[in-house]
Amino acid sequence: MIAKLKRCSEGGRLINMKLHTKGIAANIAETIVGRVTRDSENCENSSVFIIGNNEYGGQNNKAHLIQGNNVRRDITSPYVYAVPDLSHLQGGDIISIDRKGNINTLYRVNSNFNTLLLTERCNNNCLMCSQPPKTRNDIESIFRIHKELIPLIPKDCCELGITGGEPTLSGKLFFELLRLIKFELPETEIHILTNGRAFAWKENAERLAELKHNRIMLGIPLYSDYYADHDYIVQAKNAFDQTVLGMHNLANNNQRIELRVVLNKLTIPRLLKLSKFIYKNLPFVEHIAFMGLENVGMTLRNWKEVWIDPADYLKELEEAVIFLDVFGFNISIYNLQLCLLPTSLWKFATKSISDWKNSYLPECERCLVKEHCGGFFSSNLSNQSKFIRPIDFNSE
Amino acid sequence: MVNEVGDYLIVPTETAKRIITKALSPENDKELYADLISNFFISDKPIPNLIDVLATRYRTKKSFLDHFTALHIFVITLRCDHSCQYCQVSRVNKDQIRFDMSKEHLDLGIQMMMRSPNPHVTMEFQGGECLLAFPMMKYAVEKSEVLAQNLNKKITFVFCTNLSPLNEEILSFCKEHDVLISTSLDGPEHVHNFNRRKDGNNSYEVTIKGINRCREILGSDKVSALMTTSPYSLKYPVEIIEEYYNQGFRNIFLRAISPYGYASKNQLKDRFEVEEFLKFYKTAFERILKYNLDGEYFVEDYAKIILKKILTPFPVNFVDLNSPAGVINNVVVFNYDGKVYASDESRMLAEMGDTTFQLGDLNKNSYEEIFYGDKAIEIAQNWSLESLAGCSECAFQAYCGADPVRYHATQGDMYGYRPSSAHCIKNMEIIRYLFELMDNDSEIEEMFRRWAAN
Repeated sequence: MIAKLKRCSEGGRLINMKLHTKGIAANIAETIVGRVTRDSENCENSSVFIIGNNEYGGQNNKAHLIQGNNVRRDITSPYVYAVPDLSHLQGGDIISIDRKGNINTLYRVNSNFNTLLLTERCNNNCLMCSQPPKTRNDIESIFRIHKELIPLIPKDCCELGITGGEPTLSGKLFFELLRLIKFELPETEIHILTNGRAFAWKENAERLAELKHNRIMLGIPLYSDYYADHDYIVQAKNAFDQTVLGMHNLANNNQRIELRVVLNKLTIPRLLKLSKFIYKNLPFVEHIAFMGLENVGMTLRNWKEVWIDPADYLKELEEAVIFLDVFGFNISIYNLQLCLLPTSLWKFATKSISDWKNSYLPECERCLVKEHCGGFFSSNLSNQSKFIRPIDFNSE
Repeated sequence: MVNEVGDYLIVPTETAKRIITKALSPENDKELYADLISNFFISDKPIPNLIDVLATRYRTKKSFLDHFTALHIFVITLRCDHSCQYCQVSRVNKDQIRFDMSKEHLDLGIQMMMRSPNPHVTMEFQGGECLLAFPMMKYAVEKSEVLAQNLNKKITFVFCTNLSPLNEEILSFCKEHDVLISTSLDGPEHVHNFNRRKDGNNSYEVTIKGINRCREILGSDKVSALMTTSPYSLKYPVEIIEEYYNQGFRNIFLRAISPYGYASKNQLKDRFEVEEFLKFYKTAFERILKYNLDGEYFVEDYAKIILKKILTPFPVNFVDLNSPAGVINNVVVFNYDGKVYASDESRMLAEMGDTTFQLGDLNKNSYEEIFYGDKAIEIAQNWSLESLAGCSECAFQAYCGADPVRYHATQGDMYGYRPSSAHCIKNMEIIRYLFELMDNDSEIEEMFRRWAAN
């Protein structure tokens, strides 16, 4: 237990975490998944050994990564050479290497924000999506990689995210993957980001319940109490009804739900009404997250339609949050900076941005509460509220 | 407007008409249209996709019915050392043992209580003054505790007492068996002693002393007080609230004058009394609001029950405001003489000579005969607001309750007639008043939400 706590508190906040690099592949036919090591004494058959230019790589390893530019005819196992930089890889990280020389980080041992992306397909097409969906069928190829990855993940991993696209589109592979995670990582909290529509079919909710794994939490977004508004925001007909029915079926099967509300120009007008709807119809949700916009992906494309300066919706946010707080809900505010929020909401503000996308502005260096502030998505520091300011002794 | 599950919307007048004539459009009335859809008032399909969600909510609201009778009242003795104005029940003579419940009846009552399908029953002792029969109660509590444990039931014990016979032995027994104490406090000394007559005219002093002693030994959360409004009390709404506050209570139940003690089928008098009571209620309520707006927490329990019905999606189990009614479904009374009644009020009627709500006799009848017998069926014809004229179409139906016993007592038949019913006038006005307060002042609305949430 102590070891687990230690790992969970490590990590630190790294800026612009690098998750991909590329070299030239040799001897690679199919994508290889392995655990990074720099220690030749500690190699297993699942290891990807990082070697310097003139070292000998040994043959026990699954693959080698070589920083130098030379082809190594002495190595007959798979390797990638001419990789510009491998310094971002830590011993214990899990990576995939494909025949084109792509080196993707799948799991970072020193992070609390590891996620498995099950597919880039989605049956919603949200106006403010941070990772716009793609149509290519990637489900089986990604599943094959995850099947190899999951057994390699350290057993003391605290939390693992499951995301997409819409992960439930993997269908039976979705359930198979969860079964595998439960078997390999029974102590790990699993957080699934889904639109919940699949669970409008009772069988799917029952299937999830059959896993009997109470470490699963489903994070499901709801953007309005009025179906037409929600359906418009997610650009999908019947999405609201299916999402709400899905949550209802999940709750009937004792599944744990986190509700997610993205704060944008379209969700603000009925925000308090949404809170009331949640309390009356979805009182079983375990956690509610109110989330500031992440200014990437579709948000940039639909900027005029979705952007609203957080300073302009504080009253609505405060009403909506306090309403639910009075009724005892567990509430968090994500992605909004303390300098924007009224102090009545500070206790809900959470440092939630994954370390690899998290940054602060230069003026934040002077702020007295920076330590407690979630900061910004590093992806877009320029499109921020006009009211960002360091909090100092002169602040109210 | 209020929907089937008690959600409300305050809408412009003529909205109902516009709904019925289909004059609303999602384009021209966007916000109202959206409000009506999302709150399940209208649907743009014959059967909305979320009908199952609404069904779950309806089941939830009615789930107080799920486990059947919880509250079992044992009238352990009719003897009493008080002769309260409004009480028609007690026998003043403390020595008349024949007004005690026999051991045989007690055993049969306990047996019947254990038959209840409810996994959590409450055994409440009333009188007279129940503590005058303490040895019997001791026996009953110890026996029931063992039986409940064997049956894997939870059991809560309540002593309804004026606290005058309280002694150290009783206190340590209460502590050991986690007994809740429910006592009567009618207001400041002059009001209390006027209402609650006793030799020596010191009921107030004895009660306050008893309350403090119970708090000390059992803890404040184990002691509650109820007030009964008499015509005399009506003149002192503010004083009564302040008395409760000063005695350390942070809640009060403003109970209307019971029609049973003052048996009267005189409807004009009822009407007059209800108007007087509402005036009293509102004055007292304003004092309570002031405490809260000054930063204190002080709750009026009747309002809290109604507010829970208005503001939360959860069931509220209060026997006087349920539909189907609390009688039999949630409460039953075993009288000292072995007779079984549908509610506390039913046995008071019996003491006045009207045994309409007598369900049977512990000596003669089985559980089935008592709980599912002809009498129960007769009462059941009139215990659902959903099937009573004047209630079935009432906007406040989701917040109110059926009370066939009261209708029988005041109007002579269980079905009743709403326009002249004091019960109806009182509830309609209190509910309306609470809405008015919330609608006019968002601070009060938030305060009410906090009451309902607790």
